[in-house]
Amino acid sequence: MPTAQTDVVVLNRLGLHARPAMAFVDVANGFESDVRVHKGSQAVDGKSIMQMMILAATQGTELVIKADGPDADDALAALSQLFADRFNEEE
Amino acid sequence: MKLQDYVSQKAIVPQLQSTERNEVIHELMDALVAAGVASAEVRDELISLIIEREEHGSTGFGKGVAVPHVKHESITKMAAAIGVSQKGVDFNALDKAPVFGVVLLLSPKDKPDEHLQAMEIIFGNLQKDTFRRFLRQASTVEDVVELIRDADAQQI
Repeated sequence: MPTAQTDVVVLNRLGLHARPAMAFVDVANGFESDVRVHKGSQAVDGKSIMQMMILAATQGTELVIKADGPDADDALAALSQLFADRFNEEE
Repeated sequence: MKLQDYVSQKAIVPQLQSTERNEVIHELMDALVAAGVASAEVRDELISLIIEREEHGSTGFGKGVAVPHVKHESITKMAAAIGVSQKGVDFNALDKAPVFGVVLLLSPKDKPDEHLQAMEIIFGNLQKDTFRRFLRQASTVEDVVELIRDADAQQI
């Protein structure tokens, strides 16, 4: 099973509030791979909205997304694109 | 930051009357207005915005809890109301289960980081089985106040 990881930065001004966190979880759940999101020493399940909310990832926060499973690379590509697109927020 | 910093004791509703989402949002907003943390003039606007937010995607994230919220320029200091339903509220939750605990959060428009920190504390507690169980069992304001105090002291 491939394991992969990628670094992302929260670019949108409002940070990873409920709507973007939900978007992340929705995309993550579309993949078979396990997804973990790390903020420093803290790690949460990227498929759980309640866990994603406790990251309190404000604008500028650096996160590491780790995926473990057959579609790990695809999952990381899709998830990191959300950050690059600022979760479709204007700023 | 702790729950006690922004949960207004006067906005604790241990026995929600309604089992309908929108009515429950009204009950909790009325409690926040009565507690003096939101002005009566913006009550209706805030209620509309919160309901609109729910229509876009339920904040009933599962496990019998929901966290409706809104950011608004009239709010200068973050404030939350807590409601407990004995009967269960239909919040169109992700897991389709009825909701027994509702935390309604009002945040200032221009402080997104504080909003995220408040959400972190709320969800950190709501994720705990013990917190949810005690919340659901609470039937008086004192029960909820005690639960919040214990949660802030990391004693649950």
